Amino acid sequence: MVQPLSYLKESPSQTAGPYVHIGCTPNFAEIKGVYPQDLGHEMITGDVQGQRIRITGRVIDGTGTPLRDALVEIWQPDAAGLFNSPAETRGTADPNFTGWGRCASDMTTGKFAFDTVKPGAVPFVDGRMQAPHVTLWIAARGINLGLHTRMYFPDEADANAADPILSRIEHQTRVKTLIGEDKGDGHYHFDIRLQGHNETVFFDI
Amino acid sequence: MSNGYVNRDRRWHPPSITPDYKTSVARGPRHAPLSFPTTLVEETGPVFGHDMLGKLDNDLILNFAKGDGMAIGPRIIVHGQVRDEFGRGVPGALIEVWQANAGGRYRHKKESYLAPLDPNFGGCGRCISDAQGFYEFRTIMPGPYPWPNTMNDWRPAHIHFSIFGAGFAQRLITQMYFEGDPLIWRCPIVDTIPTREGIESLVAALDMARTVPMDARAYKFDITLRGRRQTMFENRMEGL
Repeated sequence: MVQPLSYLKESPSQTAGPYVHIGCTPNFAEIKGVYPQDLGHEMITGDVQGQRIRITGRVIDGTGTPLRDALVEIWQPDAAGLFNSPAETRGTADPNFTGWGRCASDMTTGKFAFDTVKPGAVPFVDGRMQAPHVTLWIAARGINLGLHTRMYFPDEADANAADPILSRIEHQTRVKTLIGEDKGDGHYHFDIRLQGHNETVFFDI
Repeated sequence: MSNGYVNRDRRWHPPSITPDYKTSVARGPRHAPLSFPTTLVEETGPVFGHDMLGKLDNDLILNFAKGDGMAIGPRIIVHGQVRDEFGRGVPGALIEVWQANAGGRYRHKKESYLAPLDPNFGGCGRCISDAQGFYEFRTIMPGPYPWPNTMNDWRPAHIHFSIFGAGFAQRLITQMYFEGDPLIWRCPIVDTIPTREGIESLVAALDMARTVPMDARAYKFDITLRGRRQTMFENRMEGL
């Protein structure tokens, strides 16, 4: 016999359900006066460095129908590749940029939108650089465990080709599901397909 | 070597497609997720300061009440510790909660259950864990709630929890259930969790030690986030 390891197990995930807005974006849910504003509605809080961009997209189910009850969060570094987080060890991030945004998909069209900056590059564990990208996290009714994915940029072809994560994907035909669509003027569109044809690559991280 | 977070045990969490919970059938990915070691992208995450909180943010009995009103229903305190898999308290964790009122009615425009709204109950609250990871809020006990899955499915009384730890890899949304509720063992959403042990880890115990006599009963709900293998030393950059 050996000693038991006695580690705790992570609390199991459960779906966010259809009324996730009540807790995460109550003003969007028309519950007014509890919080002054919804958390994460603004990522740029002052004179920010870097190129301002707008990211829009939809979360689409296995039948091709956009989800109109999804909660989407993004997490990214600033234009210099630094995170606004106490766990950032390499320097101090732009104080006018939070790096984190939250948006409920529109109850009619299913669209989400973030006004942010184009992120700088961040190293992988072995020191190689990862191509610029934003991390997205999706929760909704019918999603049992929040889904992590990434949006990379179509105008960063060389960096994308050298990216340690993208090059790790066995089925290279699926890499395109992680590349946003350039709509011009700093607008990138990113549809996330939960299931079926062109299913987005999701990450176990 | 990277410190990194302990891998998620995907046989402990619900799988993505769980047919008895019908909505998951078209919303669950079919492909296996891509695994890779956590990097700074996942080991960092937004951290929220106590200065963001309003005085009543963790008091759902009062934070939507009008005048001298109060939410109707059994008064309870929900408290516990946020810790990681190694048992270390997680300080500064943002916890957001939402729930139905005492009759099982949510304040949401897409909700049409005939049980009435409570004019003094909004249903949202939030708090940030203290230096040892402890948190608490005050609310009313939510009622069970019927939902269109099969023709006679009822959610057990539950409170939704959204939690941010220190790293985005720890991001978690889950639900808390109440000790002794017979609906727990009939619920297709609860049942997405593969093991009885996993389900029981989401059931809060009645806690008479923290109950306030003649005022509010207490339930204790501890939350476990993924463990980080080592604490990070500010002067140690290798592997990052």
